[in-house]
Amino acid sequence: MTTIPTIAIEPEIQTRRTARHVFSVILRDPLSLISTIVIILFILVGIFAYQVAPYPLEGAGKTNVHNSLLPPSLAHPFGTDKLGRDVLSRVIVGARPALIVPIGVVLFAVLIGAPLGAIAGYKGGWFDEVIMRITDLFLAFPSLLLAMAIASALGRGIQNAAIALIVSFWPWYTRLVRGVTISLKERYFVEAAQAIGVRDSTIILRHILPNTISAILVQATVDLGTVILAMGGLAFLGLGTQPPSPDWGLMVSEGRTYILEQWWISTFPGLAIFVVVLAFNLIGDTMRDIFDPRQYR
Amino acid sequence: MRRLEFILRRLLTSIFVLIGVSIITFTVARIIPSNAAAMYIGPKARPEDIARVTIKLGLDKPLPVQYLIYMRDLLHGDLGTSISTKRPVLQELTGRLPATLELLFTGMFLAVLFGVPMGVLSVRSQGKPMDVLVRTVSIIGVSLPAFYLGLLLQILFFRRLDLLPLAGRFSNELRFTNPITAVTNFLLIDALIGRNWIAFKDVTYHLILPAITLALYPMGLIARMTRATMLEVMEQDYIRTARAYGIREAVVVYLYALKNALSPTLTVIGLTFAFALTGTFFVEIIYNWPGLGLFTVHSLLNIDYPAIMGITLFGSVMYVLINLAVDLLQAWIDPRISLK
Repeated sequence: MTTIPTIAIEPEIQTRRTARHVFSVILRDPLSLISTIVIILFILVGIFAYQVAPYPLEGAGKTNVHNSLLPPSLAHPFGTDKLGRDVLSRVIVGARPALIVPIGVVLFAVLIGAPLGAIAGYKGGWFDEVIMRITDLFLAFPSLLLAMAIASALGRGIQNAAIALIVSFWPWYTRLVRGVTISLKERYFVEAAQAIGVRDSTIILRHILPNTISAILVQATVDLGTVILAMGGLAFLGLGTQPPSPDWGLMVSEGRTYILEQWWISTFPGLAIFVVVLAFNLIGDTMRDIFDPRQYR
Repeated sequence: MRRLEFILRRLLTSIFVLIGVSIITFTVARIIPSNAAAMYIGPKARPEDIARVTIKLGLDKPLPVQYLIYMRDLLHGDLGTSISTKRPVLQELTGRLPATLELLFTGMFLAVLFGVPMGVLSVRSQGKPMDVLVRTVSIIGVSLPAFYLGLLLQILFFRRLDLLPLAGRFSNELRFTNPITAVTNFLLIDALIGRNWIAFKDVTYHLILPAITLALYPMGLIARMTRATMLEVMEQDYIRTARAYGIREAVVVYLYALKNALSPTLTVIGLTFAFALTGTFFVEIIYNWPGLGLFTVHSLLNIDYPAIMGITLFGSVMYVLINLAVDLLQAWIDPRISLK
């Protein structure tokens, strides 16, 4: 019986070891390091948006028409938009939805997708078959198209856009976790747990799901960037955040009419999307190199 | 024989997927909205209109019957009537399809034309500046939103350099000076058929920026995927054998390795076609391109519900068909697939 505790602890040790490994790799690679700094800055700006923004009220939507369409200057480093609002403040306050919504979307997609995938992979049989065919169906849609249809059926607004994105993102996690689970099922620590009669639900919760975390993390990192892009796209189509709330995609869309003369209105929020998504993609690449989820496929 | 069986099985799955797709679009179109009939008529609905549409769509009947009515209409090509244009949705969509397809095919052509060689080049010069350059370009490609890239290109090539037109499929004066005879509604092909070189040049100029904007994302994905699969293939024994025989590296890479890396790359190309399909929406808005995307955006703005649902169905059916085509192509290129 003495071997059982070590079996249960094994995954934890592994996570701790790989966490240190991840940090050392990130510190050594300049691009990963810069990306990490960008992401940390992005998170801090998102949290302290109203403290950092030079004109927090304008950032939230207060208009100031006599300052309309000013080019970048010391007072307004990113210029002002048509309604005289400071673009820098709008970009800073816009970091909030860009931070919160993708985290929420990915979190819910994982919460729905991962358990389903683990159960499907562990149980197999008809349940697995049904779940896999359902994911097939959802993956048969271009995700943005599905999100667009759902968002317009539910009505405009950021919450509905987020729901729409969750609906189109969860199947990816189901597939990923199912794949990992099938390979884990053959491992000794799972077989040992089965042999001493641990309940299936406990095995899935204690032994399988913790071991799928690294694969989920890699996917989630890349997806955070993808969701920011998709959010921007939905907002650009008028389905996401509604004015006067600041949103990077919406700001790019609003500035489109002025793009040839007042280029700054669209350029800076677009740049913000690009830089943050790029950082997530770079970090995602590094993490994929470390964990290589391909081994599970 | 195995291959024929594979093709038949694959066709059968596609039919099931299409049925599933119709169930999901049915759910979104009829069940999610609290009053589907009102959504189908638009904001100016009178009670008697709502009653009429409720009966036409069968909304007063049980769900399975509603679904059968929905399917019957679909199979008759009846996607409803657009609220804003008052014309059948299917007619609106098919009329705009050539413009979108011309953009989509040109964009994907560019993406494959540059993406695949970029991936191969990066493997050949692994760790060298070329590799770094390719990886940088491809990761920028998958991080830049199309709607933003489009604006940047407009500022650069229209405003600053004055090299390329701002928007549209052709110059307005072309209508009077060198009108294109519509045959296929693919303007490039129509101009070629009519030997209308001035129009051909004009259409090409108008196509460059939208096609590049559309191509960058799929190009990045394709380059990354080609690189990843090539790296895997290059480690296999038969490549080492080929090298040991002293066969030139270029032959090993382009003839032996690329052949086996092509199949997974094709999967990605199929997938990116779908991304590009939704990508055309943004590109069309930016460049005022009169295709499906522009129609979608107007429908979204006007909450033209029948149109939006029609587009969703149309787009997903296109997606399923593209994937089917890719799978069949793959089975033809790589016989191992049909044997699985």
